Amino acid sequence: MESVNAESLRKTYGREKLLAVDDVSFSVSKGEIFGLIGPDGAGKTSVFRILTTLLLPDSGTATVDGLDIIKDYERIRKRIGYMPGRFSLYTDLSVEENLDFFATVFGTTVEENYDLIRDIYIQIEPFKKRRAGKLSGGMKQKLALCCALIHKPEVLFLDEPTTGVDPVSRKEFWEMLKRLKMQGITILVSTPYMDEATLCDRIALMQRGHILSIDTPQRIINAFPDHLFAVKTGDMYGLLRALQSNKNITDSYAFGEYAHVVLPPSGISPEDVQAYLQQQGVAGIEWRKADVTIEDCFIKLLKV
Amino acid sequence: MKQFLAFVRKEFYHVLRDKKTLLILFGMPIAQILIFGFALTSEVKNSRIVIMDQSRDRGTQQIISKIEASRYFDIQQDILSPPQVEAAFKKGKIKMAVIFPRGFYEDLMHQHSARVQVIADASDPNIATTITNYISAIILEYQQDLNETLQQPYRITAETRMLYNPQQKSVHSMVPGVMALVLMLVCVMMTAISIVREKETGTMEVLLVSPLRPMMVIVAKAIPYLLLSFINIVTILVLSVALLQLPVNGSILLLLAVSTLYIITCLSLGILISIKTATQQAAMTISLMGMLLPTIMLSGFMFPVENMPVALQVVSNIVPAKWFNIIIKAVMIKGLGLGAIWKEVLILTGMTVFFLVVSLKSFKIRLA
Amino acid sequence: MAEYVIKAEKLTKKFGDFIAANAITFEVEKGEVFGFLGANGAGKTTAMRMLCGLSKPTSGKATIAGFDIYRQTEQIKKNIGYMSQKFSLYEDLTVLENIRFFGGIYGLDNQQLKSKTGQLLHELGLEQEAKKLVSEIPLGWKQKLSFSVAVLHSPAIVFLDEPTGGVDPVTRRQFWDMIYDAAHRGVTVFVTTHYMDEAEYCNRISIMVDGKIEALDTPSGLKERFNAPSIDEVFYQLARGAKRVE
Repeated sequence: MESVNAESLRKTYGREKLLAVDDVSFSVSKGEIFGLIGPDGAGKTSVFRILTTLLLPDSGTATVDGLDIIKDYERIRKRIGYMPGRFSLYTDLSVEENLDFFATVFGTTVEENYDLIRDIYIQIEPFKKRRAGKLSGGMKQKLALCCALIHKPEVLFLDEPTTGVDPVSRKEFWEMLKRLKMQGITILVSTPYMDEATLCDRIALMQRGHILSIDTPQRIINAFPDHLFAVKTGDMYGLLRALQSNKNITDSYAFGEYAHVVLPPSGISPEDVQAYLQQQGVAGIEWRKADVTIEDCFIKLLKV
Repeated sequence: MKQFLAFVRKEFYHVLRDKKTLLILFGMPIAQILIFGFALTSEVKNSRIVIMDQSRDRGTQQIISKIEASRYFDIQQDILSPPQVEAAFKKGKIKMAVIFPRGFYEDLMHQHSARVQVIADASDPNIATTITNYISAIILEYQQDLNETLQQPYRITAETRMLYNPQQKSVHSMVPGVMALVLMLVCVMMTAISIVREKETGTMEVLLVSPLRPMMVIVAKAIPYLLLSFINIVTILVLSVALLQLPVNGSILLLLAVSTLYIITCLSLGILISIKTATQQAAMTISLMGMLLPTIMLSGFMFPVENMPVALQVVSNIVPAKWFNIIIKAVMIKGLGLGAIWKEVLILTGMTVFFLVVSLKSFKIRLA
Repeated sequence: MAEYVIKAEKLTKKFGDFIAANAITFEVEKGEVFGFLGANGAGKTTAMRMLCGLSKPTSGKATIAGFDIYRQTEQIKKNIGYMSQKFSLYEDLTVLENIRFFGGIYGLDNQQLKSKTGQLLHELGLEQEAKKLVSEIPLGWKQKLSFSVAVLHSPAIVFLDEPTGGVDPVTRRQFWDMIYDAAHRGVTVFVTTHYMDEAEYCNRISIMVDGKIEALDTPSGLKERFNAPSIDEVFYQLARGAKRVE
């Protein structure tokens, strides 16, 4: 069953008609974790706001839990949980008061749906008397998730929940999402971190309002058309300069401690490149075949 | 209903936890009333006065020596002609002139009544009132001295005249003004800011994506300020009665009722501003520039509306505080009933309905 | 002998009972790209403020470009550049006005300003956009522009506070190209980031946990020591044990 369905959504802003979302279509099945992956300004937040009934699209249609986002906005609002990009709880209320407030607003109580949030809430319970404004980044995020979940929504929208959060808290957050998925909640999440893409069931890679590619992470990786290698030397700066000077190499860029070298399916061979590097005076290179990541795919799509 | 109560409770937390704002909210009216109170009750010593004694008889000499003996006055000079009195006032040298007409003592002895003219510089009404009271007391004392030895009482009438400010605008007109101002500030600005703050911090986004009805959000936001303002009114009234001896001549119930109406007018204006603006800064600027200044300038609180150019008089009609000022003076000072103020009450009610309808029409169920 | 542009010795900052930065000791060489990592609330911002001369340490010593952080904060400010994700350029000024303004406050004269501005716009390929408001250009360009502005006055050190947050992977790499170029010219780069793959681009990195520097080495040295395949994993091992919540 389809939980979210978007068809040809388009949204422009202001008098200059700045294009934020252009012909975006996708659907999300019930119980799926669907990721919108892309940098700031890709249109992720606009898509989320359209689906959460906060914005009207210029054109296109969408349904959430089978309800139309324009006609049935009031019914949709009862069934979704939404965590906006920036921290949107009351900083002068305590953890407990925030949670109680949002429970009541949605016509429920904390006790009624405690099962759903227990795993997350016990981590912040020791601080339940503390004002939300005094929590750490990771804690705020957990509280915000609790508040978005407290009415047991059918669909959960998380707009960049891990931005500005350190890697440890990010890992914990994704583990929480996996547990929520088990409860049958559909989750739409957006992130600028490419490495989080593989944690989603399916992803849409976005840039400048467009969807570049949409599929499971594995299939997107499998569709990478070129050969990918990782190279390392002591002097990364020199290595990159040398690689970029050879026009037969499709692409090359830093990737962690390695440089990734993209070679066309036919043409220049790895041996040719290694010889070229030696000729350029880059010594002591370590060369190996690299596993394609979503980030490599994204870079490829951006450069097409 | 439960949602509504939860919202109101949350609003009270916001208000009560913001200690600085709370201090301003309650401190401001108290401070204002105290300032006016002290300006009025402080003792005035060594005021410079002149005496024009056209009679120069036993009676006037005795009164003058009593005035001389008092620590309140400092007699500058004896003068003989009215133009000299006027000149002295104009130079700002003296606060008061006491004029004894010819044949003062003779009139008193034969007709058992005489007159003294007291002219005061009322450009500072508080001082003028105080010192004319002192003079009256001195004359009364002299009168009593005389009456002790005589069977038929003598009466001296002190005719006082206030120069420059004949209406004696003072604390009596200030209190309604302060009430109008304080309520305007608390209700309009605080309500506007508290709603806009939710837009700015992003919590409005979360509230919109919830089953809450927009109007409920707004009404719940206004409730703490309604209560707070009501407490403020009672504080102002109690202080002005207890400290300033200001009479409440009309019905207290009516007074509280019309004040509540004015509060609601202000709240709905605050709500309207909050809906039309996107940042706290904008809401604050509009409340201050658009509301506070007209309230001070055009409500008749500082300057009488009747003396303004016609254009400003017309503009003053859209200032809610103007109508409230009229109402409150009528009820509190003149002791009039609803019959005398129904027109103004109707105008305020109309304004409130207008603000609320426009607010409802412009409230967005989505982001811009 | 190596030339150190940052030398910190037992640098400590307390806020009441709370020790935000606890006896931090490290050195950074000239022309080095130094990654400064840590979980939220570990004390990175506090440490960085002290090094920029914005906040007085409670105890300890440090010199920045040879200047003492207690007494010579004015000289320090003249010799460093600073860029953060949150604030770097005025959105309501044009590209050109921003460059002129920041060049001006660092004391470049008109002649220098003119030549540097032209060169900078050319290198960034922003000639067409010079008269556009900063709010109108894409985020990636903004980040590159603000980096260029931060190094306009040829500082000894440039501090970058999460410079690449939310930027697409291609722009992110172009940004790092600029960092390498600057380092090649002898500018020392001090950078914080939440992207662990970027940490690998640094010559050396330090990882702060609960106010202390728990690890400091080259990326490969750290991976070896913690027997981890990536810096991400090293970070996870270290920061998981953090007690502190902001």
